[in-house]
Amino acid sequence: MTAKLSTMIPWVPFLGRWAIFLVQEMGRMAVFFARGFFCIFSIPLQGRKIIQQAYFIGLKSIFVICLTAAFTGMVLGLQGYYTLVKFGSEGLLGAAVALSLVRELGPVMTAIMVIGRAGSAVAAEIGIMRISEEIDALETMDIDPIRFLVSPRIAAALISFPLLTAIFDTVGIFGGYVAGSCLLGINPGIYFSRVESSVSMADVTGGFIKAVAFAVVVSAVCCFQGYYTHTRSQGFGAKGVSLSTTSAVVTSCVLVLIVDYVLTSFLL
Amino acid sequence: METPLIEFQKVSKRFGNQVILNEADLRIYRGEVTTVIGKSGVGKSVLLKHIIGLMEPDSGQILFEGHPVSKMTKQERKSLKRKFSYMFQNTALFDSMTVYENIALPLKETTRLEDKEVRRRVLDMMERVDLHDIEYKYPSQLSGGMKKRVALARALVTDPDTVLFDEPTTGLDPIRKNAVHSMISDYQRRFGFTGIVVSHEIPDVFYISQRVAMLQNGRIVFQGSPGEIDQVSDPEVRAFVHGLEAPHDGLTGMGTRLQGEHRFDEEMGRLQRHGTAFSVLLFTLDDLDEINEKAGYHTGQSVVRAFADALKVRVRISDLCCRYGVNKIIAVLPETGRDQARQACARLAAEISAEKLLDVDPYPECRFSVYAGFAEARADEPLEQVLIRAESRKNVLYDFQVSPMEES
Repeated sequence: MTAKLSTMIPWVPFLGRWAIFLVQEMGRMAVFFARGFFCIFSIPLQGRKIIQQAYFIGLKSIFVICLTAAFTGMVLGLQGYYTLVKFGSEGLLGAAVALSLVRELGPVMTAIMVIGRAGSAVAAEIGIMRISEEIDALETMDIDPIRFLVSPRIAAALISFPLLTAIFDTVGIFGGYVAGSCLLGINPGIYFSRVESSVSMADVTGGFIKAVAFAVVVSAVCCFQGYYTHTRSQGFGAKGVSLSTTSAVVTSCVLVLIVDYVLTSFLL
Repeated sequence: METPLIEFQKVSKRFGNQVILNEADLRIYRGEVTTVIGKSGVGKSVLLKHIIGLMEPDSGQILFEGHPVSKMTKQERKSLKRKFSYMFQNTALFDSMTVYENIALPLKETTRLEDKEVRRRVLDMMERVDLHDIEYKYPSQLSGGMKKRVALARALVTDPDTVLFDEPTTGLDPIRKNAVHSMISDYQRRFGFTGIVVSHEIPDVFYISQRVAMLQNGRIVFQGSPGEIDQVSDPEVRAFVHGLEAPHDGLTGMGTRLQGEHRFDEEMGRLQRHGTAFSVLLFTLDDLDEINEKAGYHTGQSVVRAFADALKVRVRISDLCCRYGVNKIIAVLPETGRDQARQACARLAAEISAEKLLDVDPYPECRFSVYAGFAEARADEPLEQVLIRAESRKNVLYDFQVSPMEES
């Protein structure tokens, strides 16, 4: 019976294999993250390494975050004005820009920018350490590679993502102000009072929760892909690292959007 | 019989359908250098990774001082692992860290030493392996030989009981190859660790090892002393050892020890049949350890090579020179009696003493003396016996010195 089914519809077993692989991979990633997370708190603490990574993932991303935030805010201002003016309620622009940034665009855009800037770098760096046997060398020296390489990066991501999101939100709101008030002539007082009155604490908390969740996803996926570069069957060596980096970026972007949808539906 | 430090009992390991180890039995004794030889891809590195615990056997067991590793607690395994160091084939240094940080890493991460003490130990170790003024450089800025030494320093800085060398000399030139070999054997004597070397450098590596094990088809087909491997009748072992054995000694360009022994046997046959006398000269390079220590292994090996070159051009075409040990060179002189051997030895001593062997003076008052002895072979006397006679005071004629610099 099974043989018949698989000959009739050849993609059924393929689909099954793919689904099983996906679930297994997610499970391995979750276990990997959990190990890395708990090692953050093992004594002696790795404060210096966490600060170094936070500098790399967080501080060095500020410029690119500000730039994208400014333009995202400005484009929201333009598009929002264009839509709202049709209903004669352009005074609500501040609320529209602030809510969409704080609740949605801030965390998502931050995550995607950090994936592009730091996530790919993390995957490539760990991947190269794997193929040049540096990770094996750590094991022979009795240094836990997950604690040494992965934990500081997870900690740094957990610290950086919410802070970068906050910066993104603020700069974005000012971007909306530039487009709405300076260019299109909405009263600045009205713009900012709408921002203040519409955004509640729950919105900010929701954005914060999303940022933390994205930090988990991005750090887990990027470190995991780099760490297991050598187990890829399609490519070894430099090719393997390039595949790992690509799949780290693609997988974490997709997962960020999926997690975003799931979280939004729970948080609403 | 002494309990081996590490013992493999019928250890098997497979990756998918590929059998790597098939009931391999191996014994490694404390304080010795054991060399594992075998074809490429035969699983020598897998064997090492089992020793250090990076891999677990599918079946069989590994005993450490008679205790099975599989029955040890997690804590016991951890403390066992700390007794080992592993030197990777491609050095596996951390490219993004400086040389100092690389060597300091195992101390910083696995001990609670203060920074000052870590610094002292690292600098001390760098000094001992001849690494000077490179602590702030990155591995990619170093030459291959220097990287090896950094890797060696990193492996030795934790004072390990056992050091595993995975093809430590691959890709090095003959002088550096032998420099790494003498470094291993010298440190092994000095620090007293147990060395396990995976190598292709036959016969060079035999000079530094007390035991040799050969891995083939997943089994250890031979284990014993380097002398015993020449006596093995197993055609596969012979084919491998002799096939790989270079026609010349890599460093000196002279014959190998085995060739020397063959030549000796041929001459002995002639002596027994026709009564043709022949003699053996033995040159012992005396101050090699001191030069190695004070001027570095590279200089030490260069001196050996220069001496060998000087010697080669001065012997007759029918004479055979070969490297007999790390610091021993023998020459078999056919159709030469005792008096002629004495004359030849005197002539060589006079000529080579005047030779300038090194272009630079490695350190003030550097002295390199060669102890030369000769002996005429007697019927049915083995080579070792002849060499003992050549070495004994009675027959030593010239204890000549070769100065690297002309007398000033």
